[in-house]
Amino acid sequence: MAEAVDYKYIGTRPVRPDGVDKVTGRAQYGADPILPGMIHGRILRSPHAHAMIKSVNLSRALELPGVHAALSGADFPGGIGDEAIGGESGGTMSDLAKNVMARDKVVYHGQAVAAVAAQTPQLALQALKLIEVEYEVLPVVLDVRAAMQESAPLLDPTCITKGVKPEPEKPSNVVSVTTFNRGDVDEGFEQADLVLEREYIVPMAHQGYIEPHGCVAQANEGGAATVWCSTQGHFEFRAATSKLLGMNMADLKFIATEIGGGFGGKTVVYLEPVALLLSQKSGKPVKMQMSREEVFRATGPTSGTYGTAKIGVKKDGTITAAKIWMAFEAGGFAGAPTGPAAMAVFSPYTIENFKVETLDVLVNKPKVAAYRAPGAPQSMHAFESILDEAADELGIDPIDIRLTNAASEGTTAPYGPKFPTIGFVECLEAAKNHPSYKAPVPEGAGRGLAAGFWFNVGMQSSAEVHVAENGTVTVVEGSPDIGGSRASMCLMAAETLGVEYESIRAVVGDTQSTGFSNVTGGSRTTFATGMAVVQACEDIITQCKSRAAATWGVDDDQVEWEDGHCVPKPGVNAEVKPLSLADMAAAAAKTGGPISGRASLNAQGAGASFSVNFTDVAVDPDTGHVEVLNFTAIQDAGKAIHPAYVEGQMQGGAAQGIGWALNEEYIFNDDGVMQNAGFLDYRIPVASDLPMIDCEIVEVPNPSHPYGVRGVGETPIIAPLAAIGNAVAHATGVRINELPLSPPRIVAALDAAHKA
Amino acid sequence: MAQVTFPDSLLGLTAEVREIEVPAANYRELVLALDKRFNGLSAALDKMAVAIDGQIYQDAFLEPLQVNSEVFFMQRIEGG
Repeated sequence: MAEAVDYKYIGTRPVRPDGVDKVTGRAQYGADPILPGMIHGRILRSPHAHAMIKSVNLSRALELPGVHAALSGADFPGGIGDEAIGGESGGTMSDLAKNVMARDKVVYHGQAVAAVAAQTPQLALQALKLIEVEYEVLPVVLDVRAAMQESAPLLDPTCITKGVKPEPEKPSNVVSVTTFNRGDVDEGFEQADLVLEREYIVPMAHQGYIEPHGCVAQANEGGAATVWCSTQGHFEFRAATSKLLGMNMADLKFIATEIGGGFGGKTVVYLEPVALLLSQKSGKPVKMQMSREEVFRATGPTSGTYGTAKIGVKKDGTITAAKIWMAFEAGGFAGAPTGPAAMAVFSPYTIENFKVETLDVLVNKPKVAAYRAPGAPQSMHAFESILDEAADELGIDPIDIRLTNAASEGTTAPYGPKFPTIGFVECLEAAKNHPSYKAPVPEGAGRGLAAGFWFNVGMQSSAEVHVAENGTVTVVEGSPDIGGSRASMCLMAAETLGVEYESIRAVVGDTQSTGFSNVTGGSRTTFATGMAVVQACEDIITQCKSRAAATWGVDDDQVEWEDGHCVPKPGVNAEVKPLSLADMAAAAAKTGGPISGRASLNAQGAGASFSVNFTDVAVDPDTGHVEVLNFTAIQDAGKAIHPAYVEGQMQGGAAQGIGWALNEEYIFNDDGVMQNAGFLDYRIPVASDLPMIDCEIVEVPNPSHPYGVRGVGETPIIAPLAAIGNAVAHATGVRINELPLSPPRIVAALDAAHKA
Repeated sequence: MAQVTFPDSLLGLTAEVREIEVPAANYRELVLALDKRFNGLSAALDKMAVAIDGQIYQDAFLEPLQVNSEVFFMQRIEGG
């Protein structure tokens, strides 16, 4: 482990700068802006999960007094090509266009078909009822296993499966197959003392952000437009909107408002192009906001999966072979996170023989979008469950079996390269030494443990740092602040410049006032944007040293920066007073004008983050209710810039993972209509459902970041699925490999076990 | 010579060649050399991430390669 470094500001827990406005309701979210003359947009959604659109007639809606504009897919520019969009989804701009507004076909219930803008929201809803759409209803396929059958209805008759040889001659709903192999799995299973093979099912689940999608768009007569929206990446929203509307990107300004959660689900556009086109047509600003029901029916959930896992283990716990096959629901358009699912599943371990195969399968459900560590919760649920069962069978402690096989620096990752410095072993040891793990399992309860892994990414970020005339500092970042990046950027600026945290403020610049930045996602912002902020501060330090040298009449290299001051280097013959940043700012007019630094970069060297979670649960055998008695999340953050925010990510991810394990699931009827599109029936955990999530931050610094940051946002959601499942198995003596572990499923499984 | 490994998804473009040694001083030279050997491969590589000696690059360009650098092409990751 790298040596610990003492920092003055990094690692402290200042009060969050956006907190007061958020708790008092002053903070402006996506649908909060109010503009003069603003009207309200609403979307007509498909009542069918699979149908051809024969015609759309907007005329009656447009005749309604107070309706200012209406549109359908035909109003969008054509010619959107199959250019790939970012992220691991593998989707195309053409599919994105059809997901924003259907053209000739709908592929899931709730897909956008038409839209209106009217004087009031109520009038807009009334106008939607006047739009006439003629459909030719098609058969629906909802289950991935059914969708892969030759007789299944085809969502895209041109879809030929990629990644298999020979290339199929007939179309199918299987978009692609991703495979990773190492060694000889058959030989590996032969070497094992114990071989297990199981089926695992994980349901489609939603990100569950509290703020629904919302935006306000204002187009002017000259072709320019401004869009305020709730987004994880306003630069990428600008690019997508300009392509979908055929607009000059220079005419578009996107402003990222405060955001009430995203978790990956706000990395793609839904409303923004529609609101802007309605604004262009009406000549008025247009506000659009989804209802919760629309959020569930028409915005990205994550894939449900069906899969099998097989493991071979020696008596000493050494894994000799492992195999995963898993089919992912893509929804109505291609793009399930099959790649990262396959790359992540065995990453915590050294396994000589493995085979992973993941499939991207079209079904008549909403198109999936990224959700924290896309694909990894599903695939790692399977492997972390079967590994736990193997440990049980062999009488090995679940931490010990993981330590026996744990990846460490130099281990070849399943996706090819050797791991640099990583902290999985440190996480396992922290778990083993944790007081809650050493404590006995409560009477009648069961304990479960599982691990998580995510790659983390860098990507492009920009930052500017401006020094005001009194030495106070403004940081401008291009990354929307979802998990506390403004405070983290201020802490890194304070540490680098050596000035007090309280004298620094950070703002998120719009697309016309700061440099390009990729989305806030992938656990990249504190790492990559933080790196840009540090470099921008170093730019300022260089300028200050040069100005101090000129002031003192010495060479630039005779000045150094020490605790927020320019000082002469030891041995330099200059009897001068150290100059603080405030001194330099006050004299800036004479030394070259205002002091500002900037940096734009493509951050390389993101460090993987590992986690270990364990929990004790009690199960009521009569009702099937699972009570989570305690939950401990341990994760390698590299370096926690603001530990409270890191803990917030770990606790939030754990809560989402526990919800997915215990209750959350999309329930469809046979026609593909979601039956539980609201928070009363789609049951995310509330505070009373959960214990305090106990966090332990492990810090194995990432040598590629100036302060050792790895990124923490993705990993926390992975381990809870299997940790809860393993705990329920130990509490009941029955393994249930289908999530969620809802009361009816548990009661049914216990009844079946008793009958057997 | 950089030791290059291709994932399954690229084998169709590399005539099933999984591993190859390529003389190149930096990533740009490597891609040019690979494209010369496997016509059109560079277009596919442009859409992939690459790990050079364990360091993952989403968009490599002029990154230097050592005599025995290990190069793995892999799917780009973004996350949520």
